[in-house]
Amino acid sequence: MGPNSDSGGRYRVVGTPRAKVDAAAKCTGDTIFADDVVLPRMLSCRMLRSPHPHARIVKIDTSRAEALDGVHAVITGTDLPIPFGILPVSQDEHALAPDHVRFIGDGVAAVAAADEDVATNAIDLIQVEYEILQAIGSVAQAAETPDPAIHDYADDGNIHKLIHLEFGDVDRGLERADLIQDDLLFYDGNTHLPIEQHAAVARYDRNGRLTLWSSTQTPHYVHRALAKVLELPPSRIRVIATPNGGGFGGKSDPFPHEIVVSKLAILTGRPVKICLTREEVFYCHRGRHPVLMRVRTGVTQDGAITAMDFESYLDGGAYGSYGVASTYYTGALQTVTYQVPVYRFRGARAFTNKPPCGPKRGHGTPQPRFAVEVTLDKIAERLELDPAELRLRHLQPPNSVTANYLKIGTIGLGESIEKVVAGSDWKARFRKLPYGTGLGLACSSYITGAGLPIYWNAMPHSGVQLKCDRGGGVTVFCGSTDIGQGSDSVLAYIVAEVLGLDPLEIAVVTADTDLTPVDLGSYSSRVTLMTGQAAVQAAERVKQLIARAAAAKLEVPTERLTFVQGRVFDVEQPERSMSFAEAVVLAESAEGTIGAVGSYMPPRSTGRYRGSGVGPSPAYSYSACVAEVEVDPDTGMVQVPKIWIAHDVGQSINPALVVGQIEGGVYMGLGEALMEEMAYRENRNLVHKWPSMLEYKSPTTHEMCDVTTYIIEDPDPNGPFGAKEAGQGPLLPVIPAVANAIYDAVGVRIDEVPMSAPKVLKAIQAKAKGKEPRYGPSATPVVRWPPPTSVPTPAEGGDGRATKPEKMPAGGG
Amino acid sequence: MLRLPPVTASFPRTVEEALAQKVEHGLGAAFVAGGTDLYPNMKRRVQTPAHVIDIRRIPELHRLEPLPDGTLVIGACVTLTELIRSESVRQGWPVIAEAASVISTPLLQNMGTVGGNLLLDTRCNYYDQGYEWRKAINFCMKKDGDICWVAPSSPRCWAVQSSDLVPVMIALDASIQFEGPGGARTVRARELYLNDGIDYLAKQPDELLISVEVPRLGGARADYQKLRRRGSFDFPVLGVAVWVRTNGGDMVSDARIVIGAVGSAPVVSDEAAACLVGQELSDETIAEAARIAARPAKPLDNTDFTIGWRKDMVPVYVRRALESLRQD
Amino acid sequence: MSQPIALSRTHKVPGRFVVNGEVHEIVFASHKTLLEVLREDLGLRGTKHGCELGECGACAVLVESVPVLSCLALAQAHQDQEITTIEGMAEGPALHPLQASFVEVGAAQCGYCTPGVLLTAQALLEEDSAPTREDIKEALAGNLCRCTGYIKIYEAIELAAARMRGEHAAPSKESLYGSQ
Repeated sequence: MGPNSDSGGRYRVVGTPRAKVDAAAKCTGDTIFADDVVLPRMLSCRMLRSPHPHARIVKIDTSRAEALDGVHAVITGTDLPIPFGILPVSQDEHALAPDHVRFIGDGVAAVAAADEDVATNAIDLIQVEYEILQAIGSVAQAAETPDPAIHDYADDGNIHKLIHLEFGDVDRGLERADLIQDDLLFYDGNTHLPIEQHAAVARYDRNGRLTLWSSTQTPHYVHRALAKVLELPPSRIRVIATPNGGGFGGKSDPFPHEIVVSKLAILTGRPVKICLTREEVFYCHRGRHPVLMRVRTGVTQDGAITAMDFESYLDGGAYGSYGVASTYYTGALQTVTYQVPVYRFRGARAFTNKPPCGPKRGHGTPQPRFAVEVTLDKIAERLELDPAELRLRHLQPPNSVTANYLKIGTIGLGESIEKVVAGSDWKARFRKLPYGTGLGLACSSYITGAGLPIYWNAMPHSGVQLKCDRGGGVTVFCGSTDIGQGSDSVLAYIVAEVLGLDPLEIAVVTADTDLTPVDLGSYSSRVTLMTGQAAVQAAERVKQLIARAAAAKLEVPTERLTFVQGRVFDVEQPERSMSFAEAVVLAESAEGTIGAVGSYMPPRSTGRYRGSGVGPSPAYSYSACVAEVEVDPDTGMVQVPKIWIAHDVGQSINPALVVGQIEGGVYMGLGEALMEEMAYRENRNLVHKWPSMLEYKSPTTHEMCDVTTYIIEDPDPNGPFGAKEAGQGPLLPVIPAVANAIYDAVGVRIDEVPMSAPKVLKAIQAKAKGKEPRYGPSATPVVRWPPPTSVPTPAEGGDGRATKPEKMPAGGG
Repeated sequence: MLRLPPVTASFPRTVEEALAQKVEHGLGAAFVAGGTDLYPNMKRRVQTPAHVIDIRRIPELHRLEPLPDGTLVIGACVTLTELIRSESVRQGWPVIAEAASVISTPLLQNMGTVGGNLLLDTRCNYYDQGYEWRKAINFCMKKDGDICWVAPSSPRCWAVQSSDLVPVMIALDASIQFEGPGGARTVRARELYLNDGIDYLAKQPDELLISVEVPRLGGARADYQKLRRRGSFDFPVLGVAVWVRTNGGDMVSDARIVIGAVGSAPVVSDEAAACLVGQELSDETIAEAARIAARPAKPLDNTDFTIGWRKDMVPVYVRRALESLRQD
Repeated sequence: MSQPIALSRTHKVPGRFVVNGEVHEIVFASHKTLLEVLREDLGLRGTKHGCELGECGACAVLVESVPVLSCLALAQAHQDQEITTIEGMAEGPALHPLQASFVEVGAAQCGYCTPGVLLTAQALLEEDSAPTREDIKEALAGNLCRCTGYIKIYEAIELAAARMRGEHAAPSKESLYGSQ
């Protein structure tokens, strides 16, 4: 079935392009973002942040700030002593530092004042005495410097997390190889840069109930963090996630400022708002980890991988955030694209005195994907194989289990490669273009939702509640958060599909912990699949109730009824029908108020080893990409005029939105490939080099390339109507495709992201001098790896369990 | 939200009124037109006037016309968009329109003015930062501190001249008209800029830039090449303006080469220009001029990109600018 | 508390603003930008902000039909000028053709840069009813968008331009379904 067939008539809503349900509001200024929430008597909050990367707080004097006219409250770390964090194993953050600041930008005190001007003046009047500690700025320095400890928990000194997993006998696999490719690559950190700065408004009412409006992707986790830190019963807290003005993973943690305004609202009895400055958004960060990687790959002459040995070193920044999961993700998905019979992964994450890293679009996987796809390009070159052919020969088969126990469903990767190869005229142009112009190919895969929740529980990952009213209206309630990806619309489309209604007739109420059943949040590309499945279940249940009443009235068997175009028909005698609204009235008359719930729980994963929780997903999306580049050999500047990308989405719920997600992913990938970079001055107190939208380079219309997008549809049985994700996966292949294209253009390897002009020029100059035509890292830090967790692969007859007792240092996750 | 500090404003209708208001408010007042340089600086607390004198309601500052002798007069408050779109500029001085069109963004070109761009504050990524950021490095000598973090042993500030129009105006030998309490004066563009990041203008604080006068190009040709990361928003990390007059054929009779964004003042390379005179714009001549012009360029680590690469780019961009002047 | 400390006091001034054809006479703080007056004093919060330093384009509004950044405009300077914000783009209940085409092709994802983009595009189409793709790219080079990669924005502007010229135009198949 082709993507242009409107699902071949099988569906009436699903597969058809249509407007998002919230699009008109977003185009008229009607959408209420967090900073647009204005309440009577509202106060303004500003936070004082540490000017030191690493220090002990000796004394804080807030008296002058408190005395300032217009100041209503000043709080410090002693007012909020309970730690929190997104992962249960990393409860290492404080809303305001009680005694230890860990990066420039760590919160120290906060003020609620009559307006922002007064609040700004007030924080300048707070006097903090610090005892400066040595700052740690890199993984290598963290490995060498256990003291001063950034945290009192870590696997080894300032090395936060150490992972060592081995699936099968990797050394033997490497011995079997005809060729071993050994590469060292570095992917620098970058950030989400949503155009909307984080904002939050808290209100504490006279009944002792707290309401927080916040631009968060994860209201459920914010709810839990507020309850923990404020010591309020969760039943007295309501979190409303306002539509996010861009998220990309940057609004997925509970943040100090959300807790701070809540506390200030409780203390003052007045609503309190904070809207972060752009500089503060850079300090919130939680963006892409800088990752240094070593990948050793054994291959036979025909390009089959015999073994892969992967090491990653992550610079985590000052806090845990999602970092333990990020570290596992840098080793998880290497196995799902091409067959890797045996596989070793070692991962280390360091604490450093920089803003904390976390999940950015692709969470922990763009870096290793860059490494794998560049290394494969080098292998193809050495074996004199076409890189597309090499990949096509060794694809992971569908319905298979990988060496690290990831269960794969459908795989549209082969078709994706064929599409971009044909579209770019690859065979006629690769290695044949004039000097300075080149083509590069790369592929990728991404999860459609994580198999396990962030905190252990046996409850559904997503819940949907449906209410039908007597007029035929349907309201869908779900905890999911629309961050621009269109998740509110997807709920409406799916319910409309099942009930035969127009999506614009569906009211959607989301992301409000008082009103909506829990959905874990908009991260890990989980929403379409998980809320979609929950919505299908709820809608089917409602449909049954309504069908029963309608069947009785029409005097036909229930199973003969179909719900189409706002009516309920007998499929055999279509003249027997009634409107959906009439059917609802009958059902309500017969059964009482009509509603239903649906929920979704991912299938159990097959891995049983420690660490097997990261990587499993109900379904994996696949992407293939060809990039065309123009490299100026005099300057090293790289332009990307064109990208062809094919993405296996399983089944489009709305293909227009899928195209938009793919184009957006290409855009963000292009920025990461060429220019985006979180840079710090190591010799200047670890200041962020440029916490501004001018100097943090986000591509403008001038840098964005033309994109030819192909939607590949191979419906996956685990997805609603077969749907898989589209929001993150298409970013991944762009970066290595650009790197491989630079090699095709000028014959140099840029093993470091971003591939900025000075690096490219250095490599070109090295090549001209007969030196190694490459720019990239040359050494890895020395860390103390724990003994491996050895897991026999499925092919070796393994059952997903590790063979010997695991000896992990205490304190890890 | 990042906000302006408390400030009052006045809107004079004549130059005399503007100058009188400046005298009245003294050093605590600043002239402002488009505000695209001053207001961000005020929000970051690096410039802190208590009063701004918005000069855009003074009609004479909006002149944009050739004089009878062919000289172009551009008033201080002509916006960059007006400059880019002006038929006389496009016809007679296309290099000015080209340089203006690569300044920041179309939205900022609608606001920013010629006067503002010519007087643009020097830039440095230790200085163009918010108050809290600057506090984290204990400030720098350009504002609130006493060290230059770019060159800590240096007694001076190394903030960078970052205007695109400045090198072009020097290459075109424009002159700039000021009025102050002491009367009017005219300065050659090449004499207005000082090689110090703090004291970067040979201008008194109470002097108001009225206009810039650009001589006729005549048969001469000029070009501007800008280096930056992105095709909009970004200030130059290198800007090369060249001007060449030939003897009718391809023999150069006079030349000017001006390099911006590699120091606190634009670098006027008379030596490189001299080596073009009497020569045709051959590859060899151009390469020699480019080599000489690059010598004094001294990029430091206070803008985007690495300094070594920026230095390497100077001869490349001088060469490209000169090559564009060949008559083919 | 000890004796209150008073810092430099905010100076208030009277002002008259003409926004979306409506006259507002208000008293406001003299240091406020047009962005702040629109959002805080006039309650027109459709105008967004992403940096307040002129580095993103989110706060663009039209002053006398010219798109400018309201975060760098001192409000006082724009009294009595005709200001258009996103709230004033549509006349009556119908959407402006640009808004309609943005809705139709999905040019607004998170929607946060959208008001600034729409007003910038409106100014472009008022000057040039048939801009090329390159013209559109140039006009929008000061509006950062992190969601769309700009492509659907171009397509929506082209679609609206065609319709405003009176042509019967529909979104391209590639925009709605991808390429074949």
